[in-house]
Amino acid sequence: MKHGRPNRRQLLQMGAAVGGSLLAGQKALALETDPRKLGQPLGPYGERSSFEKAVRWTRESKTPETGSSFTPLHDSVGILTPSSLHYERHHSGIPTIDPAKHRLVVHGLVDRPLSLSMAEIRRLPSLTRILVLECGGNSGGEWGATTGTDVQRSYGLVSGSEWTGVPLSLLLAEAGVQPRASWVIAEGADACRMMRSIPLAKAMENSLLAYGQNGEAMRPAQGYPLRLINPGWEGNTNVKWLHSLKLTDQPYMARDETSKYSDLMPDGKARIFTYAMEAKSVITFPSGGQTLPTRGLYELTGLAWSGRGRIERVEVTTNGGRTWVKAELQEPRLPIALTRFRLAWRFDGQDTIIASRAIDETGYVQPTRAALIAVRGTNSNYHYNGIKFWNVRADGRVTNVEG
Amino acid sequence: MWKVSAILLAAAATLSAQSPRYGVGRPPTPEEIRELRSAIAPDGTGLPEGTGTVAAGRELFAAQCARCHGPTGEGDVGARLVGGQGTLRTPRPLKTVGSFWPYATTLWDYINRAMPFDRPGLLEPPEVYAAVAYVLNLNGIIEENGVMDATSLPKVKMPNRDGFVADPRPDVR
Ligand code: HEC
Repeated sequence: MKHGRPNRRQLLQMGAAVGGSLLAGQKALALETDPRKLGQPLGPYGERSSFEKAVRWTRESKTPETGSSFTPLHDSVGILTPSSLHYERHHSGIPTIDPAKHRLVVHGLVDRPLSLSMAEIRRLPSLTRILVLECGGNSGGEWGATTGTDVQRSYGLVSGSEWTGVPLSLLLAEAGVQPRASWVIAEGADACRMMRSIPLAKAMENSLLAYGQNGEAMRPAQGYPLRLINPGWEGNTNVKWLHSLKLTDQPYMARDETSKYSDLMPDGKARIFTYAMEAKSVITFPSGGQTLPTRGLYELTGLAWSGRGRIERVEVTTNGGRTWVKAELQEPRLPIALTRFRLAWRFDGQDTIIASRAIDETGYVQPTRAALIAVRGTNSNYHYNGIKFWNVRADGRVTNVEG
Repeated sequence: MWKVSAILLAAAATLSAQSPRYGVGRPPTPEEIRELRSAIAPDGTGLPEGTGTVAAGRELFAAQCARCHGPTGEGDVGARLVGGQGTLRTPRPLKTVGSFWPYATTLWDYINRAMPFDRPGLLEPPEVYAAVAYVLNLNGIIEENGVMDATSLPKVKMPNRDGFVADPRPDVR
C-alpha cells in the first residue's frame, strides 16, 4: 500500500481501523445515523472520516522504490495539501530514520566543520513559511502528443505545505564559509544518497533546513527528520533525509542535474541548473473526469503558483480563449505558494472549453503549450508550465483537450 | 562557469568573516565522514585510489548489473546505458551515458552512490572503476584495454561535454 493506490479491501480496513480513533466532533455523523447509539470515544491521533476517499495516484513500476505519486488536486480545498496527500518522488525508497541518531554534517570549504544532532538544529532560531513544492517533471507528459486526462495525473506533482525550519544561512555562518566556496553539495541519507549542487547564493537567500510540515514533524516520505527546502525551485533540489552539506568551489554535475532534470532543446543542447519553477495554474473544478450534474451556477476554482514570487492575477476563459476574465484570488496570496482562484460561472449546457492562465509579480504570463513548444521543442521533459484546457461537454462531462 | 557564480562569490565573502554565535555542533568524526558517499567533482576531486579494467568491468556487469540493464547495457528494468550518439537533435533523442552525460566522473559518483539499485554501496572503489570502464567501453568512449583510476577518469572527454548551456529563462512570452 505504500506505493499503490489502496484497493477497496484496504480502504475498508482503513475505515475499520479508523473506528478506534475518531474525533469527538465526528460523533455528529454517528448520531445522524442512529441517535440512540454512542459515537466513538476520543483518540490520540486523528484520522479522516471513513467517507473521504481522496488518495494519491501512483504509476505502476517494476521498481516501486523509484517513482512518483500524484496529489489529488481535484479533491483539494484551500492552499495546503495534507501531508498524507503530498506528492512523492523517491529514487530509492523511503528510509526509516531515528531522529535521535540522525546527524547533519557540514564540511568542505568551511572554517569549522560541524556535525549537528537534530536537537541542536531544533535549538536554533526557526521560521515558518507556506510554500508550493513542485517536481521539475510535473506535467512533463504534456510535452508529448497525448496530454493528461485529469488534473491529478497531469498536474499532481505539486503540493502546498507550511514548512518550519532553520535558515540555512544561519547554520553556514556557524560553520564559517570560506571565500572560495560558491556551491553547496547536498546529500540525502536514502539508499541512493541522492545528491544535488545548490549555488551558495540560494543557500544565503532563503533556503531552509526544515523539520516541520503542517504543524508537526514532516512525514518520512517528505524527508523526515530533515529536509532542505529551496523555495520556488524544482522539487528534486529540496533534498530529503538531509545528512550532508559540503561547501565546494564548483557544481558536482550530479546524475540528477545532468542526466535528469536538464532540458534538451531542439538544437541538441541541454539547459542545466534550470532551478526555478515558472508561473503556472490549472482549473481543478471542473476538470477532466468530473461531471457537472445539472446546468446552473458553479464556482469554478483552481490553483496558481510561481517559483518567482506572488501570483498577481489569474485569468480564466470559459469560451475557448475568445475572452479572458479576471478570477478572484482568495487570500492569503503568499509568495511562492499555492494561490486559489475562483470564478462564478453559469453552465448553460453548451459544449465549451475552459482554461486559466497565471501572471506572477514579475509580470510573467503563463504561456500556451504551443508557445512553449515553439521555443523549446517537445523533448525537454521538465519544467512544463503550459495552459491546460478542459472541455465541458453539453452533457456536463469534463474531458481533456488534446494538444 | 555558470552565470550564478559571480553573485555567489560576493555572498561567500561576507560570510567567512563571521564567527559562531550559537556554538552548536562538534567536529564530525572520521566515521561520520565515511558514512557519507564521497561526492566526486568533475575535476576528479574526491576520487579514491583503485584501478578498474574493461575486462573486469565486463565480468562485474554480468554479475551485478545485467539483470536490470541488459547484458550489454541495452536497458530493461533499469535505464538503457548505451547508444544514442548523434540523436540529441533529432525528434527522438536517445539520452544515455554515452550520448548525453557530460562528465565521466558523474558515472563513477552515481554508480558508487546508487547502484546496484537494490544494493547501493555494495561495490568497492576498484569495482566502481571497472563498471565505469566497461560502460564507457560499451559506448565506444574508451578502448578495450582502457584502465580507469583517479588520474585517467577525469581526463575522459565525454562526447556531449559541451552540450550543456545555462538557464536563459524567462524565454517564452
Ligand atoms: C535491481 C535493478 C538494477 C540493478 C541490479 C542495477 N541497476 Fe542501474 N538502474 C536501475 C534503475 C531502476 C535506475 C533508475 C534509478 C532512478 O530512478 O533514479 C538505474 C539507473 C542507472 C544509471 C543511470 C542511467 C541514466 O541515464 O541516468 C546507471 C549509469 C546505472 N543504473 C548503472 C548500473 C550499474 C553499473 C549497475 C551494476 C553495478 C547497475 N546499474 C545495477 C536498476 C538497476
